[in-house]
Amino acid sequence: MVPRTGREAVGVAAASSAAAPVGGGLALAEPSLLEQVGAVARRSVVRTFRQRALLIFPLIFPLLLFAINGSALGAARKIPGFPDVSYRDFALAIPFIQGALFVAVTAGTDLARDIESGFFNRLALTPLRGSALLAGQLGGAVLVACVQSLVYLGVGLATGVGIASGFLGALVLLALSILIAFGFAGLGALLALRFGTGEAVQGFFPLLFVTIFLSSSNLPRNLIKTDWFKEVATYNPVSYLIEGVRSLIITGWDGEALALGFGFALVLCVLTLSFAGAAMKNRLVRT
Amino acid sequence: MRRFLFVARGVAWRSVHNTFANPAIILPSIIFPLFFLAAFAGGLSSISGVPNFDYKPGYTAFQYAFVLLQSSAFGGVFTGFAVARDFDSGFARRLMLSAPQRSGIIAGYAGGALVRWLVTGAVVTVAALVAGMSVEGGGVELIGLLGLGVLVNIAAALWACGVAMFLRTEQAGALIQMPVFIVLFLAPVFVPLHLLTGWIHAVARVNPATAALEAARGFIAGSPVKVALAFAVLAGAIALMAAFSRRGLASAERAG
Amino acid sequence: MSARGTGGANGTGAAIEVEQLVREFKKGPRAVDGIDLSVSPGEIYGFLGPNGAGKSTTVLMLTTLLPPTSGTARVGGYDIVRDGAHVRASIGAALQEAALDAILTGREHLRLQATLQGMPKAERIARSEELLERVGLTEAADRRVGGYSGGMKRRLDLALALVHRPRILFLDEPTTGLDPQSRSALWEEVARLAHEEGMTVFLTTQYLEEADALADRVGIIDRGTIVAEGTPAQLKAEIGSPTVEVVPADAGEADALAGRLEGFGTLARNGRGAVTVQLPGGESQLAEIVRALDQAQLKVAALQLHQPSLDDVFLAKTGRKLEGAGDEEQDGDGPADGARGGGRGRR
Repeated sequence: MVPRTGREAVGVAAASSAAAPVGGGLALAEPSLLEQVGAVARRSVVRTFRQRALLIFPLIFPLLLFAINGSALGAARKIPGFPDVSYRDFALAIPFIQGALFVAVTAGTDLARDIESGFFNRLALTPLRGSALLAGQLGGAVLVACVQSLVYLGVGLATGVGIASGFLGALVLLALSILIAFGFAGLGALLALRFGTGEAVQGFFPLLFVTIFLSSSNLPRNLIKTDWFKEVATYNPVSYLIEGVRSLIITGWDGEALALGFGFALVLCVLTLSFAGAAMKNRLVRT
Repeated sequence: MRRFLFVARGVAWRSVHNTFANPAIILPSIIFPLFFLAAFAGGLSSISGVPNFDYKPGYTAFQYAFVLLQSSAFGGVFTGFAVARDFDSGFARRLMLSAPQRSGIIAGYAGGALVRWLVTGAVVTVAALVAGMSVEGGGVELIGLLGLGVLVNIAAALWACGVAMFLRTEQAGALIQMPVFIVLFLAPVFVPLHLLTGWIHAVARVNPATAALEAARGFIAGSPVKVALAFAVLAGAIALMAAFSRRGLASAERAG
Repeated sequence: MSARGTGGANGTGAAIEVEQLVREFKKGPRAVDGIDLSVSPGEIYGFLGPNGAGKSTTVLMLTTLLPPTSGTARVGGYDIVRDGAHVRASIGAALQEAALDAILTGREHLRLQATLQGMPKAERIARSEELLERVGLTEAADRRVGGYSGGMKRRLDLALALVHRPRILFLDEPTTGLDPQSRSALWEEVARLAHEEGMTVFLTTQYLEEADALADRVGIIDRGTIVAEGTPAQLKAEIGSPTVEVVPADAGEADALAGRLEGFGTLARNGRGAVTVQLPGGESQLAEIVRALDQAQLKVAALQLHQPSLDDVFLAKTGRKLEGAGDEEQDGDGPADGARGGGRGRR
């Protein structure tokens, strides 16, 4: 050890004589979980609303597809066995699911950006719990999902779509679509935490989009003629999410469809958030 | 002319090489058309049960025509992404400095796009045939079909190059892609034109993509329709997009 | 809710104490290979080394963002492995990247940091304003950080590290990429924090002048081990003598040149053909060297006399110059591959 200079000696002496820890700063109480979630969620919401392109594209693209497909596939209602509603009514469920995908990508990309930029490390140096970070980050995603769902519903109503389950059904529809979006946001967060880059998150987006197509998004499952496609759609959980939302629009109160829709949405939330939580623990390595 | 071809060949070679050397680029451009074929032809095959759906070769062939032209169009669009990336990375500046005849650069990008699409188109065609697609057109019709695909690809590539050269950033991706997407999907994608109703019927009637799509379907069915119109529209589109991309190049040259 | 930041027992009174700290990565060499160091309270300790030397890995371990493979360290009296939360409460850190959110404003950053540190609301506001003033960002406080210059970002980074009034500050290459003016301003603030507020500062740098200007003591690290440690003056005095660097006009004569010069002092050679010799007798030996080369008819392209610098210290200890030494390594500083600690790039 190099002999200490005078200044160093003074510093050591001061520390020893004060019998105080050499490292301690302010004595601060650790913030509660709610405070932590609130702080992170506030940031997430602010970030989301300041990046208007991230809000506008996920609103416009699904509505564009809704407008096009709602009209282009109008003839489908003449298929024997098709429900006695316009195709537009049938198709309104899809934007809610597509919107949830965009929420997933946005949530994941945001988190990945924090990891890539090192902001994640900054948060790791505070008393912030991993669960609070995850919950807070998804807060912004949930808010976007609320806005999106309201817009999709509004546009649907404005274009003449009737909600068979009435006003209460519309509220249940909003709740289901937000739950679905939350589950997908968890998936986005999982991808971000697992791979750590925005490119990886966005690379999964086409795959997620594929799952919407390989479902009962365009036709009822019983009217899908191609056997392998029907099989895939039957096993695809996205089919039940769409059918749950759709049932509120075109059927009214279909207990089975709602149970399956909410059930799969809850399973999605539980699975994605559990895995995301584990991935958070793995990434938020602190001793 | 020699210098033009020399530059075009060099740029096209690079474009093709980069695509095929990088699975992350070539695979999506092959997989996505296959996926659309599966999703539309497989998932919507019941549409053939709609009264007055009278396309004789069947719904798989009906969708194959759309997917073929869609893959052609998006093959051109992806070229625009590559051009934009070249500007972002600074490589485009190197190209412009070294090319004795700069319009050859555009031709090179378009040429690369075409080569890529020929591979994609071949894969999609084989997949449709394996899925049981019925082809009732003869050799001449099938050459006509190929010709349509080639022209769509060139028009889309020129459009994409133009936008990329005007904006010179990867952020231009959405602006390159969306108009092509909208034009394609405002055509009779899922059902024939006479089965469309409402506003989309009105739009599809005047949409240039409709002529190309119907001509393609006619070739497959062995009953060519709107052939002259389709080729005229595409030739016009190419002329327009060539001028547009040339102006984009001039804009890039001015920016330095 | 437990009180934090009150420190634990530490017999030696050192602010930072490290014993045989090691960090290994899978499929890679040891990034940190058994280092020992001790930093006294209120001291500015400069951790100097080229890219890939292990500086950032050391910082990540000491700030609890990367667990060590073996060895122990105590920061602020707390063990970095067993008492991580207490360590984090005691320290502030500005790591290699500024790590800011481009969408948030400067003020929002500080408020968020203060909230996460558990400050009551009134104090958050007051402390944020105080720090904004301290680092000269009051006017830019409501602008998004994406529009800040590099210097402004670094100042905000420093302010964020100070929010909870830590006693120990870790700065990982804080002035990389800054213009000279911003660099000087940061140096002034760091010096003030240490000298006026008694803050302990652990500063990593690859810039000699930074270590020279700021550090009370310097530890020179290369390839994961500390090769020299002491005050800048002591380290230079160890080298003692000036050195002469001779570049032969004909690269093929480098061996002959080295042979001629070895009688004057300790030799070192670099890959570019230059021969460096220490002059234990001082500058007066220079004339003898010139005569010797003349007699041997060895032509030289360049001949330069150097007073000892920290680079010479590095050269003497490692046989390489500090500048460019890291370029020989595969990657930048920090973990070669695998974890970057905390939230970055874990594979």
